[in-house]
Amino acid sequence: MRRIPVVPLAVALVLLLCLSLLCGVGLGASGIGPGQVVRFLWDGVTGGTIPAGDVAAYTIVWEIRLPRVVLAAVVGGGLAAVGVAVQAMVRNALADPFVLGISSGAAVGANAVILLGAFAGLGVWALSVSAFVSALAAMALVYAVARSSHGLTPLRLVLTGTALAYGFEALTTVMVFGAARGEAARSAMMWLLGSLGGATWAQVPLAAVVVLAGWVWLARRAEALDALAMGDETSAALGVRPERLRRELFLVTAAVTGTVVAVSGAIGFVGLMVPHVVRMLVGAGHRRVLAVAPLAGAVLLVWADVLSRLMPAPAELPVGVITAVLGVPAFLVLMRRGGYAFGGR
Amino acid sequence: MRLDVDGVTVDAGAVRLVEDIRLTVDSGTVVGLVGPNGSGKSTLLRCVYRALRPAGGVVRLDGQDVRAMDARTAARAVAALPQESSSEFDFTVAEVVGMGRLPHLDRTAAGDRAVCAAAMERTGVAHLAGRGFLALSGGERQRVLIARALAQQPRVLVLDEPTNHLDIAHQLDVLSLVRDSGLTVLTALHDLNLAAAHCDRLHVIAEGRVVASGPPHEVLRPDLLAEVFGVRAHPVRHPETGAVQLLFDLLPPAP
Repeated sequence: MRRIPVVPLAVALVLLLCLSLLCGVGLGASGIGPGQVVRFLWDGVTGGTIPAGDVAAYTIVWEIRLPRVVLAAVVGGGLAAVGVAVQAMVRNALADPFVLGISSGAAVGANAVILLGAFAGLGVWALSVSAFVSALAAMALVYAVARSSHGLTPLRLVLTGTALAYGFEALTTVMVFGAARGEAARSAMMWLLGSLGGATWAQVPLAAVVVLAGWVWLARRAEALDALAMGDETSAALGVRPERLRRELFLVTAAVTGTVVAVSGAIGFVGLMVPHVVRMLVGAGHRRVLAVAPLAGAVLLVWADVLSRLMPAPAELPVGVITAVLGVPAFLVLMRRGGYAFGGR
Repeated sequence: MRLDVDGVTVDAGAVRLVEDIRLTVDSGTVVGLVGPNGSGKSTLLRCVYRALRPAGGVVRLDGQDVRAMDARTAARAVAALPQESSSEFDFTVAEVVGMGRLPHLDRTAAGDRAVCAAAMERTGVAHLAGRGFLALSGGERQRVLIARALAQQPRVLVLDEPTNHLDIAHQLDVLSLVRDSGLTVLTALHDLNLAAAHCDRLHVIAEGRVVASGPPHEVLRPDLLAEVFGVRAHPVRHPETGAVQLLFDLLPPAP
């Protein structure tokens, strides 16, 4: 299959991402026109004045839509980058950021806040903080169980992560079923399927910094990831210590996943499929994949979130549903085009 | 570069896989390890290319402990073809060969390309550069992996049964590529006739120990082969070349 040159593709994706961000802010249920949106954004940046009648619309654009769209891009990029890393780390085509059980661990914490009122003292931060803390706790547990005298072996990581994820999901389910308040249970389910509905500016800086730092860290180790993908013995012979690299990858992916899950829940599909789609387009070399995948993930999630807001207005579909609806056909078409051989022909 | 394995011992839990192995590969020679399955050949080789840390003993390159080197420095001296030969990732041949440049610092893209092109030329895989590694035949894959090892510009080459799953022409082809590399070579081999024909010295390993060492035809004696492999060996002369070949059948059951 012909490969697409990386640099033009990355540039195109950056432009597309900017356009998508703009569209994402411009589109919504409250009927604020694109012209108005651009004017509000311009006013916000340049510090202009707006008529008193426009304040409500201005607030919607700046305080509700913009942080949400930016967060969607950050989350999409983070999930895609982590998906690439995890697939190389465990050398498994089915791996995604959630295969290590981190997101379901985070969900336990988040649901404890929503349903049981844990960490109430933290106020608005309770949800994010407890999701992040439980993600780290889940990560420590997976690490402790998966570790053997040979270090973190791929299969043990996948098995441990998957088994513990079932355990965490059971806990969450018990909490959801045990909760009397219907609304809380609904939002817990919503949260499990992923949503950017709660996005605020307060969430953006930390998430953006962690995702960007994780991306840069991974991109700098692209060649080592190539070696790791060829096998532990090969990577040792190429001067890349596999057990150490896997340990570092585990920490980095856990930190990024935990951060992303804390602000958006477990949004499926992006972390699993975007890396595959990108490999089909640019090949398996991690330098190329890591240059493109986070951008593609960001664009995908911005649009998925826009659609989730628009489709059954005013109620929202979970964004994970949209990522699947958008992504599965694209994936199948590319798969049928042939020439993609992850996991054998 | 001279390779010394000095008293290497490897344990896996309570089981001793390799016990106090001592052997030397002189600079530029090809040394073979032969022995039954599970005798510890791969385990020993893994200690040489640093995939495994021995419980005791030292592997030295020109007198220097490989464990005292950092991973990249060691990988610039020793390249390896481990038994795992495939990956789930669909790298191109050029990408696989390019991985050989990983241990080198101060690289330039142009320099890497030149080294990789030369390596692929030497093993005859230049025309495959754009192909997917997973789509290649077994023989092509081994040639590509040898090209990767050459791109590493090592001085020692470690091979773990490089002729596995290859047809006879490709077996001979791979071994002559290795021989012609001019590197110091330590290789595990299953086929005793191939080992005898391509190695300067052989070490027979059984149950984690070296039980015989020396030039091939001094080592591969029928009594030793009966003891180590449990086969009856008949040395015969090749009617044209005169080289000694071994024919095998199973030992008759002990009375």
